[in-house]
Amino acid sequence: MISRRVFVKNGGLALVSLGFAPAFLARAAEAAGGRRRILVAIFQRGAVDGLNMIVPHGERAYYAARPTIAVQRPGTAVDAAVDLDGFFGLHPRMAPLKPLFDRRELAIVHATGSPDSTRSHFDAQDYMESATPGVKSTRDGWLNRCLHAREHQNATPFRAVALAPQLPRALQGTAQALAIGRLNQFGIRERGANAGVSPSFESEYAAAADRVLKETGSEAFEAIRMLKNADPSRYRPANGAQYPRSAFAEALRQIAQLVKADVGLEVAFAETGNWDHHVNEGASTGQLAFRLDDFARGIAAFTADLGERMADVLVLTMSEFGRAVAENGNRGTDHGHGNAMIAIGAGVRGGRIYGDWPGLDPQKRFEGRDLAVTTDFRDVFAEVAVRHLGIADPSPVFPGFRVSQTRFRGFLAAS
Amino acid sequence: MTAIRILALSLACATLAARNRPAAIPDNPDAATILHLLKRTSYGPRPGDLERVREIGLAKYIDQQLHPERLADAAMSARLSGFDTLDMSTRELAERYYIPAMMERRARQRERATNGETQTGQSPDAANQRAERQRGVAGAGGGAPAQNQKMPSEMRREQPTGAMREEREALAELGQQRLLRAVYSERQLNEVLVDFWFNHFNVFAGKGVDRIYLLEYERDVIRPRVLGNFRDLLGAVAESPAMLFYLDNWMSADPEVANKPTMLRGRGRRPGSSKPPPPGRPRGLNENYARELLELHTLGVDGGYAQKDVVEVARAFTGWTIENPRRGGSFRFEPRMHDDREKIVLGQRIAAGGGKKDGQRVLDIVATHPSTARFIATKLARRFVADDPPPALVDRAAARFRETGGDLRETVRTILTSAEFFDPAARNAKVKSPLEFVASALRATGAEVGSALPLLRSLRDLGMPLYMCQPPTGYGDTAEDWVNTGALLNRMNFAVGLADGSLGGIRVNLDRFAVGSSNQASIAGSIIGAQPSGPTAATLAKTGEPAKLVALSLGSPEFQKR
Repeated sequence: MISRRVFVKNGGLALVSLGFAPAFLARAAEAAGGRRRILVAIFQRGAVDGLNMIVPHGERAYYAARPTIAVQRPGTAVDAAVDLDGFFGLHPRMAPLKPLFDRRELAIVHATGSPDSTRSHFDAQDYMESATPGVKSTRDGWLNRCLHAREHQNATPFRAVALAPQLPRALQGTAQALAIGRLNQFGIRERGANAGVSPSFESEYAAAADRVLKETGSEAFEAIRMLKNADPSRYRPANGAQYPRSAFAEALRQIAQLVKADVGLEVAFAETGNWDHHVNEGASTGQLAFRLDDFARGIAAFTADLGERMADVLVLTMSEFGRAVAENGNRGTDHGHGNAMIAIGAGVRGGRIYGDWPGLDPQKRFEGRDLAVTTDFRDVFAEVAVRHLGIADPSPVFPGFRVSQTRFRGFLAAS
Repeated sequence: MTAIRILALSLACATLAARNRPAAIPDNPDAATILHLLKRTSYGPRPGDLERVREIGLAKYIDQQLHPERLADAAMSARLSGFDTLDMSTRELAERYYIPAMMERRARQRERATNGETQTGQSPDAANQRAERQRGVAGAGGGAPAQNQKMPSEMRREQPTGAMREEREALAELGQQRLLRAVYSERQLNEVLVDFWFNHFNVFAGKGVDRIYLLEYERDVIRPRVLGNFRDLLGAVAESPAMLFYLDNWMSADPEVANKPTMLRGRGRRPGSSKPPPPGRPRGLNENYARELLELHTLGVDGGYAQKDVVEVARAFTGWTIENPRRGGSFRFEPRMHDDREKIVLGQRIAAGGGKKDGQRVLDIVATHPSTARFIATKLARRFVADDPPPALVDRAAARFRETGGDLRETVRTILTSAEFFDPAARNAKVKSPLEFVASALRATGAEVGSALPLLRSLRDLGMPLYMCQPPTGYGDTAEDWVNTGALLNRMNFAVGLADGSLGGIRVNLDRFAVGSSNQASIAGSIIGAQPSGPTAATLAKTGEPAKLVALSLGSPEFQKR
């Protein structure tokens, strides 16, 4: 069997200009090893208000608790919630994702979160990215452990990429993962007296006595070549996809480039911040609306851009915890507990909202104030690990947690 | 029981062996041996160090480095004299920087709230939180200008000015200090050990108010004790607000007490919670510090404790808290938060009514536990000798640790004077951490660091932002932790940047690397501190440019090792 790695090394990729990959090449790559499934994890840092993102408009308690910031019931106002199933609706700025829901490519798991009750951003992000709630000393992130759990011979340096200046906690660990700020800056910066220094470095590492340095060095230069051949500066999104102008959308655009360049991407990570709206959160318009607009248009552009490649790609969104059910004295929301996660793409049994809805009446709230958690976020992660990434034994990915398929919500088709 | 006795017996044997074994310092060391010693006990040899140590003799050099207080370091002090914050108390840092910055942040928040803020959609909390996560508050902080260029426009608008910027610049002095000491201090072993012990007792600058506690933590808790007594160091760490805040012990309280309405509703809750806890949620026992004390600070994960011990230890430390952390307050024992009932820790009974002494008693128990000696000895041997340290050496170092009651100077001495340390197989066996790589590159080239801020950014790019290691494990200390594609390219880019002067604020005199009286291979050899391999020498022979020669030496596979 010809591995894709060999295929690539033999120059196949030289023909693959990002966005202009001839169809026969894609088929050839597919035949050579099968296109791998790709997970794109999106972290909403700062705790998005899941109750205004995926609005339980069928809940009277929602409106009672949020006199000034609730998103209105569908059809009752100009900028009301976009109904999904008669009970839940999308925030109006999330409307760009509605077609995906209608096409059953988008599923939502609501009232999901951590068994740990921390309301510290720092701790909760740490726990979610390590996937070990309550345990701080876990050295690696859950996505890195996913990489270990699906080691294979055709791995490339672009297996795991965070489009971020630093590797996020979720990808940290001993499996190779790259943090890339901008694709077109990846490589050796040769200037002036150091023009042409890159090939000299390459020959040094090719002959390195240290095995690990030698292998890693050769991977590094291979990666540079792969990306150079892919020519990221010439990228044009497909299918008329319009990415908003933001750091988040730019990260998604670059992930789309990597997917289409067939450089061996398996796990990608992007993050979006500024969800911590304690003051003047707004309802259909305002701060949260502004952030959701960027979030939804970015993801919609990404899925449009990838087109049929979405058959390999699963997008999963997450945030460290939700926000309190009731608005506070500053027309904002304080740190809460349960939240919503969104899954889009490959294998998704979409058009549905998954999970047991605990209700928002005060006595049904967690600690009397927050959306209760009825789905452990690790059950969502585990479903992704097993059903999307094809990890047969997910237990090493989730130390201290017994993964059971019986708890899977089933938002992904069992493959 | 039997297992413990066997352990005790084998330790006794190991102790005997240690006594009978003469130190293994070579009498007439060759250059490779001296360079090996320098690479392990310092941040890399500078030009001339080889000759200096040869003259002093290895034994004397080791002894000097083990007694840093006897080494003059005036030039170092002079270099640091421009930094205003290094002598400040945390309270001063809070008053001068942290609180004004917080007020500025709040003012912006109010301003935004009144304006409705639909322009940027940012809340100050979020901006602050992102700043903490992405910028590297105390360590990698400082370099605002260059970082701004990298920031996408969405983030650029949020650049702090005034008090917020002053805070960031002030806190970046800590990172600059650490880096400058690594490069220029004569007390090199001391600096290596400051890095080791800070990392062993890691605290993350990105966790809220911890950023202003790190200065005193490193200066007053870690630095003075790295060659002292382990129990003393452990105790100082346990009482440090930096650790109490990082691992949440400051808010750990007896749940029984917390449930009584008179107690913690008012006062116990206040010490610095970032957001007031929700009504009706009693504060209770927090096991974080207790767990890491056993797992990471003392016994090690397989050191022989159970979850029950974690809970008992946590109970013993209830009430070890901080007086008003938001204003930079100090350690305080709060009897009203303390669980004063009996505890059983690792089989030993701590009687009821001990108050603050409960925690001290726990520290006594764990500091003298055989697993602790072994755990510390293993980590030190890994740092100084090899990723998989020779078991016999670990045995002897652990025995020395125990027989000296945790004397860290003697434990390190045992390692540095061992046959295993001087074994040629140990040479260049370790991959440098990013800090070691950066500092050794500056030392090897005799670089003049005008500003250390660009270096802090380099460390971030290399995957080791100072003070920004999030988990309490600290950074790893094996090749596996540091060799990866992205980091390796960044190392080569650092080498290129240092050589061509584009790092900013750092000068390397390239004249001394001009090919002339000596050839490329010997110039590279003097930079690397080892003869370059045949292929590397062949590659270097093709270049006559000093800048390129320096870049290819510092970025070579050989230079990544120590």
